[in-house]
Amino acid sequence: MITMLMSVELILNSVNINFIAFNKYLFADKLDGIFFTIFIIVIAAAEAAVAIAIIINLYRSHNSIDVDETNEMKY
Amino acid sequence: MSFTLIIFYILSAAILGCGLLAVTSAKIFRAAVYLLFSLIGIAGLFFLLENDFIAAVQIVVYVGGIVVLIIFSIFLTHRSGEQMPMPSKKRERIGFIAALAGFALAHGLIYNETFIPTHQPKIEQSVANIGSQMLDTNHFGFVLPFEVVSMLLLAAMIGAIVIAMKVKPKE
Amino acid sequence: MLDGKFISLIVLLPLFSFLILGLFGRKFFKTFSGIVGTTSIFASAIIGFITAYQYFFVIGQTNGVYKQIIALKYTWLQFSPNVSIDMGIILDPISVMMIVVVTFISLMVHIYSLGYMKGEERFSVYYSFLSLFTFSMLGLVLACNIFQIYMFWELVGVSSFLLIGFYYDKPSAVAASKKAFIVTRFADLGFLIGILILSFNAHTLDFQTLIQRLTDPNSEYLHRIVSASFLGASALTWGLVLVFMGGAGKSSMFPLHIWLPDAMEGPTPVSALIHAATMVVAGVYLVARLFPIYALSCPAALHVVAYVGIFSSMFAAIIACTQTDIKRVLAYSTMSQIGFMMFALGVSSYGGENGLGYMASMFHLFTHAMFKALLFLGAGAVIHYVHSNEMKDMGGLRKLMPITHLTFLVACLAIAGIPPFAGFFSKEEILAAAFASNPVIFYLAIATAGLTAFYMFRLYFSIFWNKAFHSHSEHHGEGTGTMLLPLIILGICSIGVGFIPFGNFVTSDGNTLHTEFHPTFSIAPVLIALGGILLAMVFYKKENERPNRVASSIKGIYTITFHKFYFDEIYLFITKKVIFNLIGRPAAWFDRNIVDGFMNLIATITQGISTLIKGFQSGRVQNYAIYFFGGIIGFAILFIYIWR
Repeated sequence: MITMLMSVELILNSVNINFIAFNKYLFADKLDGIFFTIFIIVIAAAEAAVAIAIIINLYRSHNSIDVDETNEMKY
Repeated sequence: MSFTLIIFYILSAAILGCGLLAVTSAKIFRAAVYLLFSLIGIAGLFFLLENDFIAAVQIVVYVGGIVVLIIFSIFLTHRSGEQMPMPSKKRERIGFIAALAGFALAHGLIYNETFIPTHQPKIEQSVANIGSQMLDTNHFGFVLPFEVVSMLLLAAMIGAIVIAMKVKPKE
Repeated sequence: MLDGKFISLIVLLPLFSFLILGLFGRKFFKTFSGIVGTTSIFASAIIGFITAYQYFFVIGQTNGVYKQIIALKYTWLQFSPNVSIDMGIILDPISVMMIVVVTFISLMVHIYSLGYMKGEERFSVYYSFLSLFTFSMLGLVLACNIFQIYMFWELVGVSSFLLIGFYYDKPSAVAASKKAFIVTRFADLGFLIGILILSFNAHTLDFQTLIQRLTDPNSEYLHRIVSASFLGASALTWGLVLVFMGGAGKSSMFPLHIWLPDAMEGPTPVSALIHAATMVVAGVYLVARLFPIYALSCPAALHVVAYVGIFSSMFAAIIACTQTDIKRVLAYSTMSQIGFMMFALGVSSYGGENGLGYMASMFHLFTHAMFKALLFLGAGAVIHYVHSNEMKDMGGLRKLMPITHLTFLVACLAIAGIPPFAGFFSKEEILAAAFASNPVIFYLAIATAGLTAFYMFRLYFSIFWNKAFHSHSEHHGEGTGTMLLPLIILGICSIGVGFIPFGNFVTSDGNTLHTEFHPTFSIAPVLIALGGILLAMVFYKKENERPNRVASSIKGIYTITFHKFYFDEIYLFITKKVIFNLIGRPAAWFDRNIVDGFMNLIATITQGISTLIKGFQSGRVQNYAIYFFGGIIGFAILFIYIWR
C-alpha cells in the first residue's frame, strides 16, 4: 500500500515538471505554470498525510499493508 | 551538444532509473530511499530550468516532508528488513501495458503538435513576482485558490488526526 | 307475443337460478334452495308452454306450413363480413317440441328431487347443477348457429360430468364421470372437424344459410363440397359423418356407448333427466336439425346413421337381457330406444310422405322422454325403499309400493308398444317407415321390439313379483308426496301423449303429414311384444329354475353378453398399452427434457453471464485503478483524436 502512495507521488511530480517546462519555454510572460505547480505540491502533501493516516488505520485491523488483503467490499 | 543537454540527460536518467527502482524494488525501505533520490533529481531539474523557488519548495515539502512521512509509516507498520510479496506475473503485465498506453497517448500528443513560443517580453520568475501575483486580487490573481488550499490543509490535518486516532476504551 | 326477449327468459331463468344457488346456496338457502330451483324451472316451463301454444296454434303457420322463425339474433364474434358466430333463438317445430320436453321433464325431476335428495348435505349444489344443465340443454335446442350448438353441447357435457360425479367420495362415481366426459369429448373432436368442414365449404356458420347453401342443387357451394374428395368419399360425406360421430358420442351409439351404463353412478333423478330424456337425445336432435342436408345432398351419410342406429339398438337389447342392476337395464334400454330414433331418421327422406321416418323419430323422442323418465323415477323410488340396486334384493314389492307399481307397469307397457299406451303409436310409425324403405332394418327392428318387451318385463316381474320381500331395516313407507306426484303425472302423460296427431305439428318440411292407422300392419309387432311379455312372465313371475337352466345351456354366449361383450376391457387395453406407452411416454420425455431443458439452459446461461460480470467487483483497489485508468485513456483518445 505504501508503494502505491509512492507511485502516486511520482505521477504528481511528473505533472509538475511538465508545467514548469511549458511555462519557461512557451509562455515566458506568464507565471501560471508556477502557480499550478505550487498548488499541486500543496495538495499532494495534504493527500499524502491523509493516506498515511488511512494506511495506519488499515494496518491496525488487518495487521498487514498488503492491499490484496483488504478486499472485503466485493460481491 | 551543450553542457546543459548533458546535464539534462544525466538528471533524466537518474530520475527515471530511481523511479523505476522505487516501484519494483523488493524491500520497502529501499523503495523509499529510491523515491528520495528520484525527487532530489526532479529538484535538480527544476534548478536547471532556472526556477529556484520551486526547486526549493520541492526539496522542503516533498523530500523533507513527504518522504520522511513515508519512512515514518514504514517503521510504524512494517518490519522494514523483510521481503514484500511481489505482484503476480499477470498483474505485472497489465501494469506494463497500462504504462505503455499512457506513454503512447502522451507521445502522440506531444510529437504531433507544433509548439510556438510566445514573443511577449519575458517576466522574471523571482520570488517577489510570484508572491505579488499570487496575492493579487486582479484578473490574473490567485488569491482565492490560495485561501481555499489553506482550508484544505487544515481539513487534511484534522482528518488525518481523526482517522489515525486510537479510540481509548471507556473505563 | 313471440318476442325474442320474452322467449330468452326460458333459457335465462335457469341460468340465474344456477348462479344464485351456486354462489349463495350454501350460506343462505340450504333447504330453501330446492324451492328456488323448482320455481325458476316452473316459470321457465310456463313460458315454454305459452311459446309452444303460440307457435303451433297461432303464429307459426304460414299457408299451413310451419316455418322457422328467428326470434332473436345477436352477432357475437364477427370473423369476416360473411362469417360470424351469432347467439340466437330459432323457433321451429322440433325446437319448440324440445322446449316442451326439456322444461317439463326437468320440472318433474326437480319436484321429485325435493323428496329423493332430502337430507343430502350438498342439496343446494345439486339444484344449482340441475339448473346449469337445464340452461345448457335449452341453449342447445334453441341454437340458430352451428357453433352456438357446439358451445352448449360442451356445456351439457360439463353439467353431465358434474352431476355424474356428484358423490365425489365414491371412486366409482369419479371414474364414471371422467369416462363420460372423455368419451363424449373424443366424439366432439369429430363434431368440431365436421363443423369446420361444413362451414369452410359453405362459408357460413348459421343453420338456415348452411342448409340453404348445401341443399340447393344449383348452388356452387354444393358443387364444390361434393367434388372435393378424400380417400374416396366426398368432403360433404366426411363432414356429415363426423358431425354424426359427435352426435353418436353424446347419444351413446356403438362404439362410443361405454359411458352410459357407468353414468348410472349418479343420483337417480339425474339419470332420469340427463341420461334418459334429454341429453342423450341431443345427437338425434343434431341429425334432425341438419336433416335436409343429410337427406337431400348425401344419402350415404344417412345410411351410416341408419345402420349405426339399428346395430346399437340390437346390441343394447341383447346385453340388457342379462344385466342384474336395474339402473343398468334401464341404461341399455335407453341406448336401444335411441337407436330406434336414429335409424328412423336414417330410413327417412325429405318432404311429404317420404318424411315419415323423421316424424316418427321425433314422435318417439317425445313419448320416450315421458315413459323413460317415469321408469327411472320409479326405479329411484324402489332403490330409495330397498337401499340397493340389485334385482336379487328386490321382489314382491307390489303390495308395499302400490303407486310406484302401477306407474311402473304403465311405463313398461308403453315401452313394449302395447296399445293404447304412448309407445305403441310412435313405434308403429317407426316400423312403418322402416318397412317402406329397408326390409332388413324392418325385421331387425321387430326382433329388437320383441327383445325390448322381454327384458322390460323381466325387470318388472323381478322387482314387483318373483319372491317375497325380506326387509332388512326399518321402512319409511313408499315415499313422500313430492316423489309420487311426478310419477303420477308422467304416468298420465305416458298414456295420453300417444293420441297427439304428431304429423300435424312436426314434420321434415313443415307440411302436415297425415298418418293412418293400419290395423293389419300393427298386429305383428303387438303380437311379438305380447309374446315377449309372456316369456318374461313364465320365467320371472314366480321364482323358479327356468332362467338358470336356459342360462347354463347357452353358457358361453351368456357370459360374453353378461360382460357387455368385453368392450370396456378392449378400450382399456387400447388406452393403456397403445396410447399411454407409445404416445404418452415419449411426449412426457420430450416435455421434461427438451422443453424444460431449454428453459433451464436459458437460466444457466444467464447465471453464467452474471458470474462473469460479478468479477468486476473484486474488492481489490488495483483492479479498480486499472479500470479507472483504462476509462481515462479511452475518453482521452475519444475526445482528442476522434471528436475534434
